[in-house]
Amino acid sequence: MFNQFDVLETIDMIEREHLDIRTITMGISLLPCVRSTAEETAKQVYETVCKKAKNIVRVAEQLSGEYGIPIVNKRVSVTPVSLISAAFPEQAGKIGKALDKAAKELGIDFLGGYSALVHKGTADYEKTFLEGIPDLLASTERICSSVNIGSSKSGINMDAVKLMGEVVKRTAELTKDKDGLGCAKLVVFANAVEDNPFMAGAFHGVGESGTVINVGVSGPGVVKHALENIPDANLNDAAEMIKRTAFKITRAGQLIAKEAAKRLDAEFGIVDLSLAPTPVMGDSVAHILEELGLECVGGHGTTAALAMLNDAVKKGGVMASSHVGGLSGAFIPVSEDIGMIQAAEKGLLHIDKLEAMTAVCSVGLDMIAIPGKTPATTISAIIADEAAIGMINNKTTAVRVIPVPGKDVGDCVEFGGLLGRAPIMPVNETDSSRFILRGGRIPAPIHSNKN
Amino acid sequence: MRAVVTVTGKDKKGIIAKVSGFLADKGINVEDISQTLLQDYFAMIMLVDISDLKTELSELAKECEKLGNEIGMSIRIQHEAIFNAMHNI
Repeated sequence: MFNQFDVLETIDMIEREHLDIRTITMGISLLPCVRSTAEETAKQVYETVCKKAKNIVRVAEQLSGEYGIPIVNKRVSVTPVSLISAAFPEQAGKIGKALDKAAKELGIDFLGGYSALVHKGTADYEKTFLEGIPDLLASTERICSSVNIGSSKSGINMDAVKLMGEVVKRTAELTKDKDGLGCAKLVVFANAVEDNPFMAGAFHGVGESGTVINVGVSGPGVVKHALENIPDANLNDAAEMIKRTAFKITRAGQLIAKEAAKRLDAEFGIVDLSLAPTPVMGDSVAHILEELGLECVGGHGTTAALAMLNDAVKKGGVMASSHVGGLSGAFIPVSEDIGMIQAAEKGLLHIDKLEAMTAVCSVGLDMIAIPGKTPATTISAIIADEAAIGMINNKTTAVRVIPVPGKDVGDCVEFGGLLGRAPIMPVNETDSSRFILRGGRIPAPIHSNKN
Repeated sequence: MRAVVTVTGKDKKGIIAKVSGFLADKGINVEDISQTLLQDYFAMIMLVDISDLKTELSELAKECEKLGNEIGMSIRIQHEAIFNAMHNI
């Protein structure tokens, strides 16, 4: 018989503290779908995705019912479409639209992988593909796009960085009737990972197997609640508590991932240990940092608290799963975290502090609304800064900013649902264009003599 | 295959009778029961054998929830693996 306390603890975590499986993501290789024309390829892509992921929603609901744990999102990631469409890049949109149709058919909210990997250089077909991203994001509902523009091994492709500033800007303009919502589905990475289950940055890497199940767990509310029980503990004990909690959360994820892979006839890929917030009260990463003793996220001490949280989550989770991967850490998307929203609204959380935070935690400048008038070169410069942090520190970093057309500091933007809401954050208005317009490639960094 | 049934809520008469009657109707054998009462908060945990279950476990979970609503308690049934995973190494 189980310990009564353990059983009730699990139920409390689920019912009151928002413990859930954040996403079951099926990665599907599209490489066997390549045909001689865009039309034939698109047809094959549609059929492959619909066939392989046919049961994803039903199986997720079944598992959720059996184990009594909510499974929030069911998603699909695919091989970067730039590779599938390399022979006819100007028609890549046809494949994007076929994928959008497949997502609707499957009943999933997002499908990721309208992506390109250009961290060392941009081939002609990739340039055409990148230039087509804004149109695709404006004309589809459920497709997410990501572009890798740098890595620790290859440096930063500054020509691609320049282009991506323009792509972000153009995407915002084409979706201005929805406050630039297209940009919420577009991520620019450095050191992108091939097995990330979380949107908008998920894609199925070429080193992956044919069909894989990756699972993202979550539970900021559970971690916060655990810390509430030890308000006066020193940071050794707080870190220990976070580790223990992360362990339990991850074990639930591992169980669901293995079972889902079995039932969906796919390989078990990885469990992603990320603490992913939602705009709901009690599901905030910012509030964990505040529980650790900060008056407000964004204040001095935030980076240190976040570093400890991120590391403890990883240490706790690593032993709980046979394969840990993806992004694994704490997410800090501004519009998707009620604590971050509150701090930004009070003017206490700025883009500079967020940038520092990204040096010690998962991912990067995420879901930040900036003034619509921000020049493309400034957006490129923001991307370059983030990529530099990732490149030097051997970690994944990303930029998902929304230059909201027609809005400025003082305005607020509402994306709805899991994407939440965000006040427009000021950016530094000095001109970085001469730096960005130089183009070229920032050389890969030296990996010794670290200081 | 085993599952864990948990019944929580404000204590009242006939909870055990109702829940065990419901489980017996479904062909479920109760292997172990523990129950606590903290002031008037009732919590019962049952370990049950679901090998002879005719329906899917996720369907039974919905029926448990419905019964819970009828008698004003929270009733859940979950596969034992979730508790094993989270609390045993």
